[in-house]
This record gives sequence, structure tokens and C-alpha cells, in this order.
Amino acid sequence: MKTDALIDRLSEKAAPVPRGAAWRRLALGTGAGALVSCAIMLAWLGIRPDLGEALATGAYWMKFFYTLLLAFAALWLVERLSRPGARSRVQMLLEALPVAAIVVAAAFELMHAAAPARHRLMMGASSDVCPYRIVALSLPVLAGVLWSLAKLAPTRLVLAGVAAGLAAGAVGAFIYAFHCDESALPFVAIWYTFGIAVAGAIGGFAGRWLLRW
Amino acid sequence: MVAALDGDASAYRELLRALAPHLRAYFARRLGTAEAEDLVQETLIAIHTRRSSYDRTLPFTAWLHAVARYKLIDHLRRAKLRRTLPLEEAASVVADEAEESVSAKRDVERLLATLPEAKRKLVRQVKIEGLSVAEAAAQGGLSPSAVKVGVHRALKSLSAMIGRNP
Repeated sequence: MKTDALIDRLSEKAAPVPRGAAWRRLALGTGAGALVSCAIMLAWLGIRPDLGEALATGAYWMKFFYTLLLAFAALWLVERLSRPGARSRVQMLLEALPVAAIVVAAAFELMHAAAPARHRLMMGASSDVCPYRIVALSLPVLAGVLWSLAKLAPTRLVLAGVAAGLAAGAVGAFIYAFHCDESALPFVAIWYTFGIAVAGAIGGFAGRWLLRW
Repeated sequence: MVAALDGDASAYRELLRALAPHLRAYFARRLGTAEAEDLVQETLIAIHTRRSSYDRTLPFTAWLHAVARYKLIDHLRRAKLRRTLPLEEAASVVADEAEESVSAKRDVERLLATLPEAKRKLVRQVKIEGLSVAEAAAQGGLSPSAVKVGVHRALKSLSAMIGRNP
């Protein structure tokens, strides 16, 4: 087809694009994925029975804010990476910041603990299942974020996939925190972060294939 | 572009018309004019379908350049894949070979038709169907040496004809 004819045809279909269309799409994909993850979590693991008491402790809110901050920073990074030509360095720093903070805090807690207690602070009682449950709960969210991204225009596919995976992992970990009764900082710093990182790696692989346009 | 995003079709058409020559120059410099036109169209379509990824607060040229660059890289990546995995070419090569053997067969038949009946039969049996001289002799009721001589003479006259009429 002639290029001029193509231009005429395209401009006939110039439906207005509302402001914030990209954000709306990301919110839709992430939200739908998170709902599915919540449903899986309720059917599979259930909410911890002592959630009411846990809400009164700092440990619960630490997990709550750690995962939430990671999720929002990663989603912002995803949004930047979905736009050709947009810079994303600030958002990458923002994503790294909570990790650095919790690693420092966890190291501090370990140093001040008695030597025999350290192993328990790091391994808890569920370190063997925690990362893989987080990854499992992140998969529906990952599908949602990738669905949003596929309609936008990521130019660095692997990086955008990793960011989508980190966002999904953080949302998955946030949901898992309603079940998980671990309260030690080192445990969260190691195993939550590990689960989220695995989700990021899965996102990177998926992005390389699924995000081409 | 902002007007286009708000649904102004004529501003949008003007924008795309103005972009096309720039894109054409951009791709032609890197690929040659033949491939460039395909990529111009592909990029225009991408600009259209991905226009919601443009952030109104950022410079339009940066967005446009990144889209064109992505399309260029994607094109080169696909071209490289084709070179290492020439599936389409392989099919046509196979077709060529099949065609060659068919036309060779036709040539042989035409040459054989110029031979007298008895000799044609001998050549066909010994040289094409692969019978031994003794078998052909038994079938034709001839002596083996007569078969040999017949085939030899027939081939000689055929090769003389090919030499005359290359």
C-alpha cells in the first residue's frame, strides 16, 4: 500500500486518547492480577488467624510497607519503561532504596541478637516455602502487568520484563504477608526479597518473548 | 501530537505526513531505500497503535526517535534470524532441484525417441532400468555381445547428436 494512503487511513481512526491512559491500563492489569492472587491466597493458604493481634505489632507493618514501597516503585519503573525515550534512572534508584534500607536494618538486628538466636532470625519456620509461595502468588499479577505493557511500547524488553516481574513479586509478597506469621527483619530481608527477585527474573524471560511489538 | 491525541484528525494527518519524509531519510540512511519504505509504514502504524505510550510532558522527538530506533533494531534482528534460518529460500532451492530433474528426464526421452526402436529398448533396459547385459540379452533373445555392441553404438550416436546440438 502507498504510504500516503496508509496515513489517510490511520488519521481517520484518530480516536482521542485520554490523559493518563497508560497509567489506567497499568492499574487495570495490576489490579485484576492482584484480585486473582487474593482469591488464590484465600483458597490456598488463608489469612493468619492472629491477624488482629499482629496489626498491633511493628513487624507486620514493616512487611506491609516494605512490599508496598517495592510494588509502587516497580510500577513507576514499569510505566517509565513502557514509554519510548523516557528516562528511568530515578525509578531504578527508588526500587533499590527499600532493599538497601531493609538489609541495613536486618544487619543491625542480627548484630544485636545473641549468637544462638541469629539462625532463627534468618530462617524462621517457613523459609523453605516462603519464596515459592510469593512467586506463585505473583504470577497472576505478572500476567496482568505484562498484558498492560503489551499495549504500550517498551523498547527495552528484558528490562521492562524484569520491572514487571519485580512489581508482580512485590504485590505477591504483600498479599502473602496476610498469611505469613514471620516477624523477624532478617527473614523478610532475605526470603521476601529472594521471592520477589525470582519473580523479577521470570518477568525478564517472559518480557523478552511476550513484549515484542 | 497533543492535538492528535485529543482527537484532531486533520492535525494528526498533517503530523504523519510531515513525519514520513523524516522517517524515510532515517531508515534509508541505515538500510537502503528499498527496505526503508516498509519500515516507514511499520513505524507509522506503531506511532498510531502505541500513541497512548506518549507522555505529553516529554519532548515528542525523543519519543518518535525511540520508536523508530526500536523498529530499526527489530527489523535487523528479524533479518539476522532469516539469514541463519533460510526456510523460505530452502523451499525454493528444493523446487529448483525438482524442476531440474524433471527437465533432464524430458531431454533424455527426447533423445531416445530419435533412436530406432530396437536400440532404444536396449538403452532403456541397460542404462536406465539398470538390467545387466545378460538379463537384457535373455529378454530380447540376443547374444550378450550383440547387446553390448548395440548399446555402445546407440550411446555413441546419442553423444554425437548432443555434440551437434548443444
